[in-house]
Amino acid sequence: MKPFAYARPADVAEAVRDVAAEPTAVFLGGGTNLVDHLKLGIVRPDLVVDVRTLTSRSIDDLQDGGLRVGAAVTNSELAADRRVRERYPVLAQALLAGATGQLRNLATTGGNPLQRTRCVYFQDASTACNKREPGTGCSAVGGYTRYHAVLGVPAALPDPTAPETCIATHPSDMAVALAALDAQVQVLGPAGARTVPFVDLHRLPGEDPSRDTVLEHGELITAIDLPPLPAGARSAYRKVRDRASYAFALVSVAAVASGNGDVRLALGGVAHKPWRATRAEGVLRGGPLTEDTVRAAMAAELAAAQPQPGVDSGNGFKIPLVTRTVVATLRDLEA
Amino acid sequence: MDAEVTLTVDGTAHRLTVDTRTTLLDALRERLGNTSPKKGCDHGQCGACTVLLDGKRALSCLALAVAHDGAEIITADGLAADGELHPVQQAFLDRDAFQCGYCTPGQICSAVGVLDEVRRGWPSHAGPDLTADPELSHDEVAERMSGNLCRCGAYVNIVPAVQQAGGGQA
Ligand SMILES: Cc1cc2nc3c(=O)[nH]c(=O)nc-3n(C[C@H](O)[C@H](O)[C@H](O)COP(=O)(O)OP(=O)(O)OC[C@H]3O[C@@H](n4cnc5c(N)ncnc54)[C@H](O)[C@@H]3O)c2cc1C
Ligand code: FES
Ligand code: FES
Repeated sequence: MKPFAYARPADVAEAVRDVAAEPTAVFLGGGTNLVDHLKLGIVRPDLVVDVRTLTSRSIDDLQDGGLRVGAAVTNSELAADRRVRERYPVLAQALLAGATGQLRNLATTGGNPLQRTRCVYFQDASTACNKREPGTGCSAVGGYTRYHAVLGVPAALPDPTAPETCIATHPSDMAVALAALDAQVQVLGPAGARTVPFVDLHRLPGEDPSRDTVLEHGELITAIDLPPLPAGARSAYRKVRDRASYAFALVSVAAVASGNGDVRLALGGVAHKPWRATRAEGVLRGGPLTEDTVRAAMAAELAAAQPQPGVDSGNGFKIPLVTRTVVATLRDLEA
Repeated sequence: MDAEVTLTVDGTAHRLTVDTRTTLLDALRERLGNTSPKKGCDHGQCGACTVLLDGKRALSCLALAVAHDGAEIITADGLAADGELHPVQQAFLDRDAFQCGYCTPGQICSAVGVLDEVRRGWPSHAGPDLTADPELSHDEVAERMSGNLCRCGAYVNIVPAVQQAGGGQA
């Protein structure tokens, strides 16, 4: 591991200034992703600025009936909070479906959505990867694609040598729930504070796969706000994986049924970002929720999907799998 | 680059100078000579390095020692009080819940954490209901202990050991 300086400044404003002033500096939350990456040599900072004890570790009621979750609240504490379990079951379920007890006790609200992809090539510094080393190409195309994207990728088979190619997925379960909940991210940066809608936090690879989010260097997540749900709303998270426990999602679904005919759907394991299924939501709006209408809605959502060939027949299985998972999630919610 | 930290390990405070890159696991094993937490994978995947960090089970291989200056750490080595084994340790003996023993200190610290989490009413992915009081069913124990891998496959006896220590059936 490359040597680095460690700092725990007096407050968040100083932490932001410290990181902004040093191009390679990074924030440290629980460390469960960052420390792994330091060891793997895929993040090589000169300065690590610890914010775990600087940001808030409390979950506060907001005046509108929502909740403000401080960036240092652990994934365990958030999933165990009574208000979250009762009012936002989709979020508690997503957190509990992720990682393990020993990891959730360290992992933070700020760090979880900013964890990097689990693409095996990204994590292996000996391979070409546009996300890790811009311009080197993408080793995943035609390789091991079981955990890779089918949405938000070019209609044709991506060119593995092009600098913009990346078919990685975002691995966070929590983030899929936050996308369905229309959470709001409170950010403090060198230019001041701003609020970013959670659905806009993560980006598609576009021209620059190295950037996972819209945050600028030095921008710190200080809290995540959960807006209130309408009375009678129901929500759930469903994750499909290769083992019953302790595995990343092949696909996952976060659904919020507001009770007045509107359904919000977010999909995990299918794209570079937590994928808000707005086309499917549009098809379902105001109508009855039957297996046929949900299948039709998902067909519209997945019309532009591009299954990736690769070892073990690639990842085309995700298209029927995510459709069935949405059907099952909504059926359970309506039951 | 070096930093000074104080770590209280199994009740004894230690002041030491560590390289900022040192994990809690390496500080315990290499600097303080406490080899009960094991290095299985060093990447957060196996659970062999599990300790109780400020009362909660945590992976010591992904925690930087500098980031936990002032922390209270309990390892499997420090669980026994006055020569009496901790109920979880006793249950692992009674139920023959290990073979080579490499994963065992991590399993035991994790189980101590699990029983505390269950007492607090923390939910799990295996529970039928997010708001019901958790019970130590086979599925609950298997889910809550899934971060501790056992290469010998002693799981069939680990689950009953955790149930026994939790005061349940089995
Ligand atoms: C074996 C294993 C299995 C796992 N399984 C799952 C799983 O099934 N599902 C799942 O969702 N996750 C899983 N995880 C990932 C885990 O959830 C994340 O590592 C964790 O949530 C990251 O949070 P952290 O606080 O430890 O972040 P850190 O590692 O501290 O930081 C992660 C990133 O966020 C940045 N950062 C941290 N805090 C802030 C902040 N406040 N503002 C701005 N930037 C910040 C850091 O610079 C870094 O880039 C797994 C991890 C492991 C090791
Ligand atoms: S050594 Fe820490 S989890 Fe394997
Ligand atoms: S007893 Fe050998 S690894 Fe678990």
